[in-house]
Amino acid sequence: MSSIISRRRHPAAGYAAVAGGLVVVGVLYSTLAGGGASAAAPAQDTTQTSQGHSLFIESCATCHGLDAQGTAVAPSLVGAGAAAVDFQMSTGRMPAKELGAENDRKPTDFTPAEIYDIASYISSLGGGPAIPDANQVSTAGANTALGQVLFSTNCAQCHGFAGAGGALTYGKTAPSLNAATPTQIYEAMLTGPEAMPVFGDGTVTPSEKKDIIAYIIDTRNEANPGGFSLGRTGTVTEGLLAWLGGLGFLVLIAMWLTAKRKDRVVHVGEDDL
Amino acid sequence: MSESPEEISGPRRVIGTPSPAPKSVDVAEKPDTPAFSAEPSMVDHAKNAERVVAALFILAFLAGCGFIAAYVGLEVGVSTIPKGANAVVAAFRSNLALGTCLTIALLSLGLGSMIWVRHLTPNIETVEERHDLNSAPADRAAFQRTFAEGAAISQITKRPLIRRTMLLATLPLALAPLVLLRDLGPLPENSLRTTVWRKGLRAVTLGGLRPLTLADMSTAGSMITVIPEGYQDDADALAKAGVILIKFEPGQLRVPTNVVGGVTVSSPNWTLGDNTIVAYSKICTHVGCPVALYEQTTHHILCPCHQSTFDASTGATVIFGPAPRPLPQLPLMVDADGYIAAASDFTQPVGPSFWERG
Repeated sequence: MSSIISRRRHPAAGYAAVAGGLVVVGVLYSTLAGGGASAAAPAQDTTQTSQGHSLFIESCATCHGLDAQGTAVAPSLVGAGAAAVDFQMSTGRMPAKELGAENDRKPTDFTPAEIYDIASYISSLGGGPAIPDANQVSTAGANTALGQVLFSTNCAQCHGFAGAGGALTYGKTAPSLNAATPTQIYEAMLTGPEAMPVFGDGTVTPSEKKDIIAYIIDTRNEANPGGFSLGRTGTVTEGLLAWLGGLGFLVLIAMWLTAKRKDRVVHVGEDDL
Repeated sequence: MSESPEEISGPRRVIGTPSPAPKSVDVAEKPDTPAFSAEPSMVDHAKNAERVVAALFILAFLAGCGFIAAYVGLEVGVSTIPKGANAVVAAFRSNLALGTCLTIALLSLGLGSMIWVRHLTPNIETVEERHDLNSAPADRAAFQRTFAEGAAISQITKRPLIRRTMLLATLPLALAPLVLLRDLGPLPENSLRTTVWRKGLRAVTLGGLRPLTLADMSTAGSMITVIPEGYQDDADALAKAGVILIKFEPGQLRVPTNVVGGVTVSSPNWTLGDNTIVAYSKICTHVGCPVALYEQTTHHILCPCHQSTFDASTGATVIFGPAPRPLPQLPLMVDADGYIAAASDFTQPVGPSFWERG
């Protein structure tokens, strides 16, 4: 500490302080990334349903009740449908880490086959959207431009214009779509997990869902020729960088311009003339 | 560099006060001013600085050439980029190359100039004397004489016809800028109070342009942005007519709660499908951002601009933020073909406050 105090009037101390501040800001800024998972198409039969039932009793019944009828801490799953089960479990949101309005995406401990078994059991209780097959989520021939219009109209207010996620009310957040598989995006629109509204086939047709998925995938795969995407959250990170990075740079330049020169000063127009 | 009594780094007197003995500020007239290149070490220093400045200027030249090359060489047009290339990425690349070249060119030019000034020019403090702003009395008298002579020669005082017609000729030209203010109009008249919604006008999805039936909105928690049918290309109409349709579970909705002038209005048909479907203006009543951030668990509609929060289950009343009023609600009906349509226009102006709104 005493060495810092003794050197604080060193000519380089000002530069070091500003540069150090910039480094701290840079380190504080970091981006999070996650991995996705995909699976093959499901098929339903009675063995699957009974296997799913026993898996449900082991892993889900504590909160959702022995007959999936719901309890004080978790909703009923009767009529939730296979698509909701596949979305919640394949994204690792269920089984939940803790009780709350919101669960984060995390790696799942269940194999796709186990998830399909449980989905089969839940859909046998009645109703709900089915898991979309590979053909339904294929983006071949999709209209990416219409997908962009639909995404900006119905999705961008929460997930951001590039699907990077965003803030909701009272501390809740809309997740980033970067790790979601086409199947998971489709299922989320169908079932409206957590705070998300439902975009059923009546309001957003299956072909429009493909267009939206195509836009999300297309945007996700866009190159960043500058090297930094800044999280693709738009004006917040861009503004932060411009204000802190740009302003810090200008401060350094200003310090350099106004630094005292070491060579002798010649006074003109004074009494030594 | 040797220490000498003349080596003084600070100013010798308060800036702005007159010098006790004003003297010439011309450096050339002072042969005993210490020459900057007098000492050998300074000669080396100057040579190095010269090289650095020249190198920066050459870098600026190359980056400037690079800017032209990038502009000419990197195609961004959809029809001119190579086959199979992504037009968006091509534009990103072009922007990056242009910006980098311009940054390097301007920055090198600026840094070179600064090093030139700081390391090559002698460090001279000069005093610039202030002078009176008004001219000398002789100059002023001469000007007055010339002006009076010119006026007499032109005969402007003797020939009132010419003088008056000249003034008349310039009058319209002087007034013309005032007339151009008319282009700021016309006045909005009633257009801020009304939208294109009217009885029987169908709501279609934005993007797909499909009308919706009650069955299309059968799942509780659904939300969709709709616009008036046939107005998808009318930006003036769409600016005010955007609407969000929200589907609730039976019993969740507590309507009608729309209050006009302190009185609850219950006559229009505010809901459809057994009190489960409502329509609100998508334009925030604060400054007009689109509000479609709807949480189906809490029924909150959040404006992303300033966090105004509306409760969709109680007539979009404001529960947080700067919005002064609830989102206006659109009365609904089902038309003869079973499609969701407006039962009338909004019963109050949509969007932000304006002067005469009251």
